[in-house]
Amino acid sequence: MILDAKIPDGPIAEKWDKHKFNVKLVNPANKRKYDVIVVGTGLAGASAAASLAELGYNVKAFTFHDSPRRAHSIAAQGGINAAKNYQNDGDSVYRLFYDTVKGGDYRAREANVYRLAQVSVNIIDQCVAQGVPFAREYGGLLANRSFGGAQVSRTFYARGQTGQQLLLGAYSALSRQVAYGKVKLYTRSEMLDVVIIDGQARGIITRNLITGEIQQHAAHAVVLATGGYGNVFYLSTNAKYCNVTAAWRAHKKGAFFANPCFTQIHPTCIPVSGDYQSKLTLMSESLRNDGRVWVPKTVEMAERLRAGQIHVNDIKEEDRDYFLERKYPAFGNLVPRDVASRNAKQMCDEGRGVGSSGLAVYLDFSEIIKRIGADGVSQKYGNLFAMYEKITDEDPYKQPMRIYPAVHYTMGGLWVDYNLQTTIPGLYATGECNFSDHGANRLGASALMQGLADGYFVIPYTIGDYLAKTKPVPVDAKHPAFAEAEAAVRERISKFLSINGTRTPDDFHKALGHIMWEYCGMARTAEGLQHAKKEIQKLRKEFWQDLKVVGVNDDLNQTLEKAGRVADFLELGELMVDDAYNRNESCGGHFREEYQDAKGEAKRDDENYAYVAAWEYMGDNQPERLNKEPLEFENVKLSTRSYE
Amino acid sequence: MAGSNPNAKPMNLTLKVWRQQNRNTQGNIVDYQVRDISPDMSFLEMLDVLNEDLLRKGDEPVAFDHDCREGICGSCNLFINGRAHGPEPGTTTCQLHMRKFSDGDTITIEPWRAEAFPVNKDLSVDRSAFDRIIQAGGYVSVNTGGVPDANEIPIPKSIADQAFDAATCIGCGACVAACKNASAMLFVSAKVSQLALLPQGQVERKTRVENMIAQMDKEGFGACTNIGSCAAECPVGISLENIAILNREFLAAKATSNNLA
Ligand SMILES: Cc1cc2nc3c(=O)[nH]c(=O)nc-3n(C[C@H](O)[C@H](O)[C@H](O)COP(=O)(O)OP(=O)(O)OC[C@H]3O[C@@H](n4cnc5c(N)ncnc54)[C@H](O)[C@@H]3O)c2cc1C
Ligand code: SF4
Ligand code: FES
Repeated sequence: MILDAKIPDGPIAEKWDKHKFNVKLVNPANKRKYDVIVVGTGLAGASAAASLAELGYNVKAFTFHDSPRRAHSIAAQGGINAAKNYQNDGDSVYRLFYDTVKGGDYRAREANVYRLAQVSVNIIDQCVAQGVPFAREYGGLLANRSFGGAQVSRTFYARGQTGQQLLLGAYSALSRQVAYGKVKLYTRSEMLDVVIIDGQARGIITRNLITGEIQQHAAHAVVLATGGYGNVFYLSTNAKYCNVTAAWRAHKKGAFFANPCFTQIHPTCIPVSGDYQSKLTLMSESLRNDGRVWVPKTVEMAERLRAGQIHVNDIKEEDRDYFLERKYPAFGNLVPRDVASRNAKQMCDEGRGVGSSGLAVYLDFSEIIKRIGADGVSQKYGNLFAMYEKITDEDPYKQPMRIYPAVHYTMGGLWVDYNLQTTIPGLYATGECNFSDHGANRLGASALMQGLADGYFVIPYTIGDYLAKTKPVPVDAKHPAFAEAEAAVRERISKFLSINGTRTPDDFHKALGHIMWEYCGMARTAEGLQHAKKEIQKLRKEFWQDLKVVGVNDDLNQTLEKAGRVADFLELGELMVDDAYNRNESCGGHFREEYQDAKGEAKRDDENYAYVAAWEYMGDNQPERLNKEPLEFENVKLSTRSYE
Repeated sequence: MAGSNPNAKPMNLTLKVWRQQNRNTQGNIVDYQVRDISPDMSFLEMLDVLNEDLLRKGDEPVAFDHDCREGICGSCNLFINGRAHGPEPGTTTCQLHMRKFSDGDTITIEPWRAEAFPVNKDLSVDRSAFDRIIQAGGYVSVNTGGVPDANEIPIPKSIADQAFDAATCIGCGACVAACKNASAMLFVSAKVSQLALLPQGQVERKTRVENMIAQMDKEGFGACTNIGSCAAECPVGISLENIAILNREFLAAKATSNNLA
């Protein structure tokens, strides 16, 4: 299939305006004749549902949470980027665009990124109007900070709770439309399939998580805003319920899945403390502004530390290796996320890791504490230090934090064109769920921006173009495609309940996570990936033979829910491995050990891999077909990232 | 694998857990033993261990709500040894760690108890009443687009900070669970004062407070008698001052005649 991204022509700065003019409009009186389903009510979904309802469409919004306010977006800490240039420090739409394309290691689509930078400014206006309490200066104007190594201060924030405040803003807009009756909200409803009629998305099948009732819902278009799939690794900074099911079900119905191997590993997370570990906690990136990363110079010393024979504070200055400062004198501790993560892994692989497991490095604040005092540090990072102490029982004012990289974000996702439409007409994907605008690596504070850009400012226009070409007559809810999809959903559930084996869904999930982390995590090799593929296939087979789920469908059954999500992760995992194997280069979050220079830096291959890999499902246990969307860079010059 | 503290000794505990099949059935406390619990585990990880054990034995795991496990989503909601979110102040259930307990302890775990929060199953309750209160007026009525530039209206930092403090409510419902009247005043007041403090919230200031309070009453939450257990158990420190603000807002709204609805 030829992948047409439908990028409008003309100069990059004019594409979006031109496109908005060219898209078809739905006559205001006709809008109420169209039904739109929005699955997911995080930032991307709540903003889309509210905005579409305001325009007059009938919206049905679904979430498996008990309230839209619980979506994973709530946990975002650091902030949201926007090219407002309020600080007069040289920011502009073009610079944000440029930074994002470069930061993504030249694997993103220029036109989408430019639009993202353009609408970023409207997002902040919208949120403030909703009553989002962003941080302010004493003069009453909005405050900004620089984030994730950016050279300008363009990040808006609400203390360490930016995601919470933005989501509550979008949730309030959504709630208002619920009150008006323009949005019908279905909470604790999990989408388990999309319904396709004559090649177009026309509805979904859901399960009510409290009663187990399986429902059919028809609409003229379906928007998936169901978040990322980082939890394929079992342990990640994502909320426990984040999963790939909605996207994966759509994929199996014909939506291509793009760049699945592009995952972001965040360098500063609290390390694993035991087998019981259920998730990992992020320590904000901002800590690297003042913390210094080190490990002991020798393996012997690291061993004694791990054995508890010496204390970290006993290690003399000259016995510490500040490896980021040593290797990257210009950027030091502020190198990008992928570089920082890989280096930490390398130290641990060398046997110089710390903590009882040896899978951690130190992040040391003693110098800044000396410089500005514990009070000063507390003002900057008090809440993070408190959280760290709560979890680890160690006081970071008195000894360095232990940190280790963890899976954080997935750049891959459903392939979408410029209109955010997947390869299934009428099916759209927004937010982290799509393969998005971040290429092979996402910059800090850009996910919130993208989710809200998609929901508030892009989808309301682009979906109209599609609906305008659709007759304003009700969708045939009696079409056999609904019954077929429902039957398939029921059959799958019965299967889960009837295997009656010995291993729990979590057990399989952990095993999968282990394979993914080991072979498809921070560093990948062709050999390792091939091995992982076999292991995943084996595990998947065992899953379908030896799964244990108790209880019934017609009841709140959290084990059954998990089983369905793990089943999909077991398929996605294999595709990620295939994608990583196919991409014979290192770029952004994808590091293939075979492709590095003498200094260990990533070697990108623009000649052969400057494309989006969009995978097409070909049937159960069949290899997927690779489709390529070539990436053309007309505005940004491709160059090699260097942080020395 | 050992935890971060090599000297931490594993614990054996007795759990007394509320089990209830669904909304229409009666529930009861069931005793369980959990062994080798690391003090570094979170409370929910301890329950994960219990649930994996139960499942392997073919018993139904205990249903409970959770998601972020970072104290921000407001999903987790356990009543532990008679206290909402357990013994540690300023902490959600998911951020409570087992080092706060001792080997041999008996821990009672119950769901939030309030007429407006019916039990779904075991420890999971239905808090959709909170959503309906927000739907009644917890917003500023602006559509997407056509809003002024974000810096057009300066807001004094002290006001912005105060609004932020109120806005950090995570909607967990501990305030209701902790209150002997099962009042939702702290939750409602947090949203009312956030928006009453900000210039953007002025236009609908009066109708908002009236509508939200009317909805709160309709949902079956109890009256506020100013005891303060809500704020004492609130994991994010929403202050009682918000209730004072709410009362002022409500009186002011009632006192004027031009408010509709
Ligand atoms: C700890 C942490 C900190 C972060 N900090 C930042 C930051 O500072 N800045 C930044 O820009 N980004 C940050 N990110 C990334 C950012 O938070 C996410 O990428 C973003 O919030 C995703 O939003 P979303 O709306 O796409 O998805 P989500 O918020 O994950 O929402 C998904 C929604 O879909 C629903 N859903 C999913 N599947 C189904 C289904 N099958 N049926 C029904 N409903 C379904 C869920 O219920 C939920 O409502 C952070 C991420 C993490 C993990
Ligand atoms: S006020 Fe506090 S206790 Fe009540 S819902 Fe909000 S965060 Fe929870
Ligand atoms: S699980 Fe999110 S607050 Fe506890």
